[in-house]
Amino acid sequence: MAFAIQFVIDVLSLGGAYALMALGLVIIYGILRLVNFAYGELIMVAGYTMFLTSGSGLPWIIMAVLAVVMAIVFGIITDYAAFRPVRAKSVTAVLITSFAFSNLLQNAALLFISPRPRNVPLPEIFSETVSIGGAITPVRNLITIAASIVLLAAVAFLMRKTTLGIAMRAAATNFTMARMLGVPANLIISSAFALSGFLAGVVGILWIGRIGTVVPGVGMEPLLIAFIATVIGGMRSLPGAVVGGFLLALIDTTLNYSLSQDLLKFRDAFTFSLVIVILLWRPEGLIKGPASGQRT
Amino acid sequence: MKHAYLTALILIAVILIIGVGSQLLGIRLYDRIATNLLISLVLVVGLQTFMGNSGLLSFAHIGFMGLGAYTSAVLTIPAQMKGMALPDLYDFMKVVEVSPLVAMLAAGILAAVVAAVVAYPLMRLSDAASVITSFALLVVLYTIMNNWSAFTNGPRTLFGLPKTTDMPIAAIVAAIVVVVALLFKESRTGKLLRASREDEVAAAALGANIPHLRWRAFILAAFIAGIGGALWGHFITSFAPKAFYLKETFLIVTMLVIGGANTVTGAVAGTVLITIAYEGLRSTEGAINATSFGAGQVIGLTEIVLALAMIAVMILKPGGLFPNREIGHIITRARRKKETTA
Repeated sequence: MAFAIQFVIDVLSLGGAYALMALGLVIIYGILRLVNFAYGELIMVAGYTMFLTSGSGLPWIIMAVLAVVMAIVFGIITDYAAFRPVRAKSVTAVLITSFAFSNLLQNAALLFISPRPRNVPLPEIFSETVSIGGAITPVRNLITIAASIVLLAAVAFLMRKTTLGIAMRAAATNFTMARMLGVPANLIISSAFALSGFLAGVVGILWIGRIGTVVPGVGMEPLLIAFIATVIGGMRSLPGAVVGGFLLALIDTTLNYSLSQDLLKFRDAFTFSLVIVILLWRPEGLIKGPASGQRT
Repeated sequence: MKHAYLTALILIAVILIIGVGSQLLGIRLYDRIATNLLISLVLVVGLQTFMGNSGLLSFAHIGFMGLGAYTSAVLTIPAQMKGMALPDLYDFMKVVEVSPLVAMLAAGILAAVVAAVVAYPLMRLSDAASVITSFALLVVLYTIMNNWSAFTNGPRTLFGLPKTTDMPIAAIVAAIVVVVALLFKESRTGKLLRASREDEVAAAALGANIPHLRWRAFILAAFIAGIGGALWGHFITSFAPKAFYLKETFLIVTMLVIGGANTVTGAVAGTVLITIAYEGLRSTEGAINATSFGAGQVIGLTEIVLALAMIAVMILKPGGLFPNREIGHIITRARRKKETTA
């Protein structure tokens, strides 16, 4: 029983984090049909903001809010620097600019901060553990679950009930038509980047809370997770991203428990093989998004 | 077709000039840079055969380069050194020792076989999904290289490769690869693939089996990457898996994209240009580090400048320097135009 609870909590906390990461990526992809390679660097930005403010004596929660704000700011900067100038050009051009921008941010962190890991301030509660039904779990896993439930609900509400969300979904379905009906294109795209940055910031705090330190390459793993989760779930569907995130967490956790130490090193390779199988079965991902319209 | 010969001649002439020029100057550093450039050329042109013709961005290329480098290493490290260089190597492999040339071919073939198996399902994907999976493939190849200690000595540096790559060999391989890339571009597969790049739906409607065409190009690209990896391995003689990861990928993608992914000329031009810029920036970085006492190391400056250059090129000239015509084509057209106006 204790094992079952442990397993469920692990899957839910990991899955919640994965789902949020995937969601941040899909929001951009759904509207612009463009992959944001610099997404992982938003998580890095959140981490370094925490590190840079750690000496200021501010309460932790303020630092966390600042980190999220910085992630949002950098999300919007990504739009202006890497996407807006080349948006109307080829898909490859935009992929490359976002890849270049990601490299730019990473190397800026190398140059101006340090290649070595930096400690991030964390409140006491992140390192405490509790016992639920005999299973000992770190509190941060429960925080992750709670945060992901709240955020997923908030994003669902935003997308379904608010004008902004409806405009975003309209833009994702048929961009040209949405513009003709008076949806301001640039505003919608910038808000999508802001929302993406917000999710990245929150995930960044939760994710870095697991590791405790930040390095310039910290965004790499979340980026890859978000990629795989979105490909599994369906590149253009928001619920698909969430399903993909939880499924990937289930696969990862199962492999964590079932593989021997020698094979565990190759976990990523196993995960990826499963992704290939899923893609063979359903090349569009598990959940099909809205019919694709023209970009810009 | 005639202009393709002209292109081949001009590009081989460029390779010759780089090779002979670096020798005439007689500075050892230039010899090293020229060899490095020629090896990069092999890799970039290899990437061009897939990316240029299919229009899909592939990040997995460097992974196949690593595969080639390690294959060649395992096959050529002298038997008496293997105990030290690869302590966990399987027994039956310990006695194997073949000539570097055979090992290079084996490296290419192994990379091609792995690519053939892995890429078969992936080539059905287009656009972003294909880019993402190629990125994931790079990570998987890196994970394997980093952890399969028996063959790769894990994340530690592998040493003891015989140094057999010198400037002339790199130049010969680069010239062959350029010719192969041009031939492939003009072949039936290449032409159909380019048609699918321009308009996927129209090409499919005309009966082009796009996933299969892409698959062929991907295998060729992996083969060339494997050869390039072996070439590099025997030049550098000791390396670790982290040599085959994002930094390298960024560099060769930059070279190809700035030059122009759709043409072999672009691949060559980009490689030459970026190598020169890279070496220049590197030495500046080194000079800054040497003068600023204890002020901390300057690292990453080179990459920042390259990233900015890449974004600038994408904004101003999204097709790169040679967006769709090979150099031979440009020259023949210019000449014909002159004839008609005269």
